[in-house]
Amino acid sequence: MKKNAGNVPEHPMENLLRMDRIPHIWCSTCGIGTAVSCFIQALQNFDYPLDKIAVVSGIGCSGRIAGYIKLDSFHTTHGRAIPFATGLKLANPELKVIVFSGDGDLVSIGGNHLIHAARRNMDITVFCVNNFIYAMTGGQCAPTTPTDANSSTSPYGNFDHPFNIPLLVGSCGATYVARWTALHIRRLTRSMQEALEKPGFSFVEIIAPCSTLYARRNRLGTGLDLMKFYHDNSVIQHGAPLESLDIQFQKKIIVGKFIDKKRPTFLEAWDQYLGKKLGDKFISAEKGIRAA
Amino acid sequence: MQYWRKPLDADRIQIPHGEIHIVRDRCKGCGFCVEYCPKDVLELSSQFNIKGYHPPEAVNADACVHCQLCELLCPEFAIFVTLKEEEQTVEG
Ligand code: SF4
Repeated sequence: MKKNAGNVPEHPMENLLRMDRIPHIWCSTCGIGTAVSCFIQALQNFDYPLDKIAVVSGIGCSGRIAGYIKLDSFHTTHGRAIPFATGLKLANPELKVIVFSGDGDLVSIGGNHLIHAARRNMDITVFCVNNFIYAMTGGQCAPTTPTDANSSTSPYGNFDHPFNIPLLVGSCGATYVARWTALHIRRLTRSMQEALEKPGFSFVEIIAPCSTLYARRNRLGTGLDLMKFYHDNSVIQHGAPLESLDIQFQKKIIVGKFIDKKRPTFLEAWDQYLGKKLGDKFISAEKGIRAA
Repeated sequence: MQYWRKPLDADRIQIPHGEIHIVRDRCKGCGFCVEYCPKDVLELSSQFNIKGYHPPEAVNADACVHCQLCELLCPEFAIFVTLKEEEQTVEG
């Protein structure tokens, strides 16, 4: 058995992890680690040169993901993972750019970037860990916190209506939209791989337990109890109408693949449209980027 | 394992066996692997690791069928399974 520096057996995912930073900071029974493990498995199945893959995260517990993955990775400012990834992709279209961050970062603070990247069909893959709360900052209410759920800024329960994230990105034009929980490891891995292979804006929402803040504040037990809850209450419904995907506090969660379609990506649309308009004067996006 | 109806190719199927490796000091004792192992191979041990958590131990190691569920489910990269050598050489 191959042993690593600390004389412990070498885990098969170590080639894609920055082992000097492991153990990671996530709490016991937090679901983010499982999402990362599925992601690494998907990367190992995905046939693409590793030096052409970049991972970008924002801020928050899930924002630490990029720092643990041994690829070109970047930890951006809060909410700005998608614009940073957009720049990466446009400056070097050969790169496979992956954004892996949390709901507070992508849907709340970076919400505007999310909808515009989906609208433009920017050729990036977004994995969003949704744990229903701003975890790292102390469990404040997020735009993804279900109505009725307790958070540190909604001590009597949340009266607000949360985002239905698949509906949000789907209606803006994403080409691939799926949702799984951290317990659906095999399906999540397959879905991540499909999203990586899909040209255009692909999006996977991963419902994951936050044991320390969401589960504790709402007296739901540990992350393991939430995993058991997902086991009993998630319903797989591929192609379910996006309007039906609202999440209610401790009610059934519909998971599955909801959108898988084709649409010209940002760079393809650029080429098609401007090629027609400019005729001889036209320089394709790729050529223009190379020349610059 | 008990079947409701014996699969027609049951005599031709080779059940793989796995060998479990646990990186004890990396574990945070979440118990995901113990809960979801389909063959109930694992149990939380009564001993502490360096961080003060109870890592799992394989109490029923022979029952492991190399499904690698614990490996993918573990949030800490602290458990993995390899296919047992002798199984690879047996003719299928
Ligand atoms: S605070 Fe919540 S989301 Fe953050 S690491 Fe702990 S359990 Fe995970």
